[in-house]
Amino acid sequence: MTAAQPGRDAEPAEVPRLEPNAPVVRRIAQQETPVLIVNDLSKTYADGTEALAGIDLKVRQGEIVALIGGSGCGKTTLLRLIAGLDQASRGAVQVDGETIRGPHPAVGVVFQEPRLLPWLDVAGNVGFGLADLRRAERRARVAAALERVGLAEQSHRWPRDLSGGQQQRVAIARAFVAGPRVLLLDEPFSALDAFTRKGLHEQLLDLWAEAKPTILIVTHDVGEAVTLADRVVVMRPRPGRLDETVAVEVARPRAPAAAGYEEAVRRVLAALDRSLRPVETRRDLTPEGRANWW
Amino acid sequence: MSHRGPLLRQGYRVGLALLLPLVLAIGWELAVDSGAAPGRLLPPPSRIGATLWDLARSGDLRLHVEATLVRVGLGFLFGAVAGIVAGALVATVPLLRWLVDPSLQALRAVPSLAWVPLFILWFGILETPKVLLIAVGVFFPVYVAVSGAIASVDRKLIEVGRIFRLSRLALARRILLPAVLPATLVGLRTGLGLGFLFVVAAELMGASEGLGYLLVDGQQFSKPDQIVAAIIAFALVGKLADMVLVSLTLPLTRWQDTVRDRL
Ligand SMILES: Nc1ncnc2c1ncn2[C@@H]1O[C@H](COP(=O)(O)OP(=O)(O)OP(=O)(O)O)[C@@H](O)[C@H]1O
Ligand SMILES: [Mg+2]
Repeated sequence: MTAAQPGRDAEPAEVPRLEPNAPVVRRIAQQETPVLIVNDLSKTYADGTEALAGIDLKVRQGEIVALIGGSGCGKTTLLRLIAGLDQASRGAVQVDGETIRGPHPAVGVVFQEPRLLPWLDVAGNVGFGLADLRRAERRARVAAALERVGLAEQSHRWPRDLSGGQQQRVAIARAFVAGPRVLLLDEPFSALDAFTRKGLHEQLLDLWAEAKPTILIVTHDVGEAVTLADRVVVMRPRPGRLDETVAVEVARPRAPAAAGYEEAVRRVLAALDRSLRPVETRRDLTPEGRANWW
Repeated sequence: MSHRGPLLRQGYRVGLALLLPLVLAIGWELAVDSGAAPGRLLPPPSRIGATLWDLARSGDLRLHVEATLVRVGLGFLFGAVAGIVAGALVATVPLLRWLVDPSLQALRAVPSLAWVPLFILWFGILETPKVLLIAVGVFFPVYVAVSGAIASVDRKLIEVGRIFRLSRLALARRILLPAVLPATLVGLRTGLGLGFLFVVAAELMGASEGLGYLLVDGQQFSKPDQIVAAIIAFALVGKLADMVLVSLTLPLTRWQDTVRDRL
């Protein structure tokens, strides 16, 4: 795992830490009421697995946040709780001030697998959540979304006739077309090759630029996190908690050659590295393992 | 090969399929004709054809086919509806599953023909026991297919429905139904096949009309040509019924690789 290898010149001591008064934190805290508020969210599964313990997170309108962390640290669990697919053991999630009790119309989800309905063609899948709209309007919105992800020509094909990347684009279009305020993506590109992934990053940002939904994306890929996110939140496991946050202030469109990109990658890698150390050795964390600065 | 149109290729395949029966028929015809084989127990194709033709012209064939089709149709209808309803209930209501499924599985293990004496005792020898026997035969494959299909619907697809906040009804209609349709169709086809199997048994146990009656009659009066003619009629009617069933449901399952390729 990339996270386990600290960057060559990423000595933890030299990495700027996010302090409560750091500009980005002030901005998030003060600017506007966040679209997504996660408050003391905890989840213990029926078998006793403590998947999440006391997650606090605020995401403002239009922000893209990447969740990164080792396997089993509760990223999927967090997304499922926010999506209203599972019940929290403690704490709450609010979207636009409304407490989440089940799937919410303002929250869209892209799963790790495309999860297309095999009996619907591409257009049918993209329009699946628009059943309430009039036919003409639904068609227009579906066509526009397919155009955006470069699948206008494929609108009448069956999902099984598409490549993995094309299927995931259909899934992304399906989520976007419903016009979510908050979009949750759980490792949406992890099954794809690096080249396909790069193209999908661009299309995702392209779609995002239209209505600027708030995006929470889980990834294992530091480069992906830095390419997409305004903020990278690192999680630590057993039980799952939020650890450090790395603000990514690189001008868009981003490329590995852009100023500050390498630096951001180094900082995320260093934060990931620290997240793997025992809590007791961490001065920046409370004994319960919460980030001190938040 | 790849340049040939699908129609042409299909014709080619049908031709291949017919080749063997045709060669055998002509061979037998010639063998009997030349006196090399006695045609008494297995009449040559020309005699069978003539018998079929006579039956058809006199209107008897139609009468018998109709009688058989009505029995299979009714039995299939009852068995299929019962199988679908029971399968859907058992798959969706856990209490019912634990309560009913073990007994049904035990009953399924009983060879359906074993019911014949009981049905005759209960309902006499007229139409009721016949239709009931066919319905029992149709019920089990449909029940097993439907309950199994519903139970194995991908939970991940259900979640897609939940994300889009479908009502229970919409979830059933837009996700469950299409997901279980292919397996249900397979169950229905199996059921229909069994329906034709059991209609023979039902008509053998006493009937005054029907293709099965032609069989019994042919045996009692030593008319092998009539027996073979009835068998051929069975094959044709059965195949035709299956084709009708498939073509009625094909548009619903066109998205599936396997169904399409098998046809
Ligand atoms: N349904 C469940 N029942 C019991 N334990 C579960 C369940 N789902 C997840 N867990 C456990 O909760 C913890 C967090 O799981 P989760 O899937 O959220 O991790 P993740 O960060 O998404 O991991 P990955 O990066 O591998 O996808 C793990 O220890 C996992 O074993
Ligand atoms: Mg996961």
